[in-house]
Formats: sequence, C-alpha cells, structure tokens
Amino acid sequence: MSIADNQPLYDAEDLKRLRAARFERFGKWLLPVAVMIVMIWFWDRLVVWNNIPHFILPRPGLVLQTLISDWPILFDALLVTLQITLMALAVAVIGGVGLAVLFTQSRLVEMSFYPYAVILQVTPVVSIAPLIFIYVDSRTAGLLICAWLVAFFPVLANTTLGLNSADHNLRDLFRIYGATRWQTLRYLRLPSALPYFLGGLRIAGGLALIGAVVAEYVAGTGGIGSGLAFRILEAGYRLNIPRMFAALILIAVTGVIIFAGLSFLSHMLLRKWHESAVKRET
Amino acid sequence: MQSLPLGQRPAVLDMSNVTKTFNGDVVALREMNLGVNAGDFISLLGPSGCGKSTALRLIAGLSSPSSGRISWAGGQSENDLGVVFQEPTLMPWATVAQNVWLPFRLKGKSYASVKDEIMEALRLVGLERFLDAYPRELSGGMKMRVSIARAMVTKPRLILMDEPFAALDEITRFRLNNDLLKLKAKIGCTVIFVTHSVFESVFLSDRIVVMAARPGRVIREVQVPAPYPRDEEFRTSAEYAALCRQASEALQDAMGEHA
Repeated sequence: MSIADNQPLYDAEDLKRLRAARFERFGKWLLPVAVMIVMIWFWDRLVVWNNIPHFILPRPGLVLQTLISDWPILFDALLVTLQITLMALAVAVIGGVGLAVLFTQSRLVEMSFYPYAVILQVTPVVSIAPLIFIYVDSRTAGLLICAWLVAFFPVLANTTLGLNSADHNLRDLFRIYGATRWQTLRYLRLPSALPYFLGGLRIAGGLALIGAVVAEYVAGTGGIGSGLAFRILEAGYRLNIPRMFAALILIAVTGVIIFAGLSFLSHMLLRKWHESAVKRET
Repeated sequence: MQSLPLGQRPAVLDMSNVTKTFNGDVVALREMNLGVNAGDFISLLGPSGCGKSTALRLIAGLSSPSSGRISWAGGQSENDLGVVFQEPTLMPWATVAQNVWLPFRLKGKSYASVKDEIMEALRLVGLERFLDAYPRELSGGMKMRVSIARAMVTKPRLILMDEPFAALDEITRFRLNNDLLKLKAKIGCTVIFVTHSVFESVFLSDRIVVMAARPGRVIREVQVPAPYPRDEEFRTSAEYAALCRQASEALQDAMGEHA
C-alpha cells in the first residue's frame, strides 16, 4: 500500500508521452499556420524590398483584395469547375466500380479490356483532349470526358485489388454454404473492397479536379459559363496577375476541401471495423 | 442429448478408397476409408503433409477426389456442413450477430426469422452479451467462439474443424476444449476435428484416425473408450495418460514410416 501511495499518478515515461501527445495535437495545426504566415510575410517583404511592380508579382494584400472584388466572376467560375469535377468524379466512381466488378466476375472481360484501361491511363490527357474537343460538340461533355479519363483509373485499379483480396477462408466458407455469385459479391467481395475503393476515391477526387482544369486550358474558349482555368488564362493575357493568384488560391482550396471531404467520408464508413480508421488505446 | 454408444449410431458419411493426387504425381491422400456416424467425435491426427486438411477439403466439397467415393447417407442436403477454420475467419465489417447470421442469410433467411437460433448459439458459446460487438473488439478465444457458433447455428449434420485452436494460448485452448465438449453434449453434433496435438485429440474424441505423410494416408484408428462428459479430472487421470501414450506411439509409427 505504502509503495502505491508514494507513487505519483504518472511516471516519467507517462509524462513524456503526454507531453508528446499534447505537442502533436497543437503542432499539427499551429506549425503549418506559422509556416504560412512567415511565407506570406516574406513574399510581401520580397515585393517591397525589390520594388517589384504588381503586374509581375502582386503583394498578398492585393491578391486578397482582388479575391474579394472579383468574387462574383471567380465564384461563378469556381462553380463551373466544381460542377465538372464532381460530375467527373461521380462518373469515375460508377465506371470504375462497374468495370472492376465486371473484371472480377469474368476473367474473359478482364483479359480483353484491362490493357486498354491502362493505355487510357498512361496517355497524357492533354494529348487526347484536343481530339476530344474536335469530336464532341458539347463543351461540358468534352470537359467531363477529359476529367473522367484522369480520375477513373485509381478507382478501377483499387477496387479490382479490393474485390480480389477477400479472405480465402471466407470464400471457401461461402462456397460451402452454396452462396450464389451475387451473394458472394454483395456480402463478401464488395465489403472487402470498400477500404481499397475509398483509398482510390481520395486519389480520384484530386485527379478529377486536375483533369477538369487541364481540359479547360485545352478547350480554351471563354465567355459565360467558363471555369477557373479559363479565368486564369484570360487574366494572364491581360497581365492581371492578382486575379491569377486569386483564382489559383481558389483551385488549391477546392482541392484541399475535396480531399478532406473524401477523407472524412472514408473515416465515417470504416471507423467501426477497419484498422486504418480505428484509434488504438496504447 | 445423450449419444448412442459406438456401433449403434446411424451413418452420416462414408469415404471409400478416396485418393487425391495433384498434378498427377503428388499423392496428397491415398485410399482413405472412413465411416462417420451421427454423434461421432473423430480426430484426424498426424504430422503436416499427412493429408488431413486435404481430407477435410474433400468432405467439404471444396475439391473432388481423384478416385474413390464420398457419399452422404440419404444423399446430400443443403444443411450438411458447418466449418471452423484455423483462423476465426469472421467478416470484420459485420457484428458478432451478423457473422453468426451468415449461414442463414446465404439461404435467404431474414435476421428476424432466425434471431432465436442466433441468440441460442451465442448463448451456448457464452457470448450473448457481445452480439453487437465487432470482431476486432474480441480476444482470439472469443473470436473462435463466434466461429464455432456460426458453424453450429444451423444444426448441420457434420461440423468440420481444421486445427481451430492451434493459434491460441494453452489456457484458452484448454478452456475451449472443455466448452466444446459441453456444447457437443448439449446439441449432440457430429464433428471431424483436425489436429496435430495428441493431448487434444485424446481429450476430445471417441475415435482418433492417425495419419502419415508422403503419401498422406491412414495408419491406424485409436478408440478412446472413456465416457463423456469428460472434464479436468479426466485430463489428469491415469486412463488419459495411457490413452495419450497409445495415440503418441501410433503417431511415432506414422512419423517413422515413410512408405
């Protein structure tokens, strides 16, 4: 008893670990913010010290001003780009998962078509895009095809891997119980594939945005209903550098939000059972 | 349910001259004969490579014999088998209750319609309080209990167990051995149990089929006449020790003999 009484609640090692945990919790947010503040300050000073004119490198304050004053134009453009991105992502999910299921259900289909999926993936979208815009009348459809081409492969590859990684003993068990092909897919293969699919989805989210932006550059036509990439091009022609920066920031923020959203979705779907999402006690 | 003495039990399954070869030259199992009767607890005991797992896969219908015949008394039905593997083999995304529901679910039965059976099976393995837990929240022994509950929930004609306790620590293994016998006494199931532990096979079974490797084949059958229920007292009895020696000697023969 006396030993237990004299013992502090936490020993030295516990305290060290607690300190590390606290540092981790705040440092995760504070450090990147601190880095950003320093970088912006340094950017601002760089312009002032060297007397750089704003049509070459604007000061951060001017970029912020432009972001606010040009918000109506930029926000409309953002909505257009976002629409293409999300539609492409949706089609990538449907196409990627659909093809993956088809591939795992039929060896014949997989052997016949898998090489072409790879060829589509490794051919740079910038080199196919001009052709697509020649043959596809609708600009939106063209953009969508380009973004889809970039985004669908990670979904396909990851989902295929996931569908094939169902536990062998569980597969045997399903066979012993006389499960139909559909039951095995529904109750075994699809749940097994879920963590892999979600990993692919996170990559595809970023790629869909890249695909949409790149395709817009290639399409290049402007007017009403054009996206952020076109606004950047247009601002570049007019040497409106602050607006280029403002649009760039919007694209980057959009990418981060898409990634964070998909990470959150993944966490919610897996938190109960998958190792990647489960918090360990020790 | 008290099981009938050996020799008076109705037949369940018969293996006659079953041989399995792979690629034409590797003989995994040679001319195995085995009659399984209702209420039997049969252990297949032998070194690795003796074909005991192959025999189990053949009975499970996961592969078919190269020659010979495996026949079910009264023909095959849809509720012949329950299986327990060496790993618990649970679906990690499903709760304990959903895992035990699986055999019913694959036969198209809703959870509500078999809820009583699922609860009963979980009660028998002592996990009725864990039906909403996920497998990752359970210990190795508890996962194995869920696996056993799943195998017996449909009351199949035969339960196959492929070294189910090999990966567990000895204390847990002893406890599960005891519980398995209690369970068998309650529901009167028929079991084929693959193991490479002499002690486990003597404690659990009424018949031990000793097998040898290269080629995999049956060497001898050892009868364990000790009556059930068997408990910790049996584990320390002279009779148990004598039976273990007998089985052990048979196993030594099996290891020494390379035909």
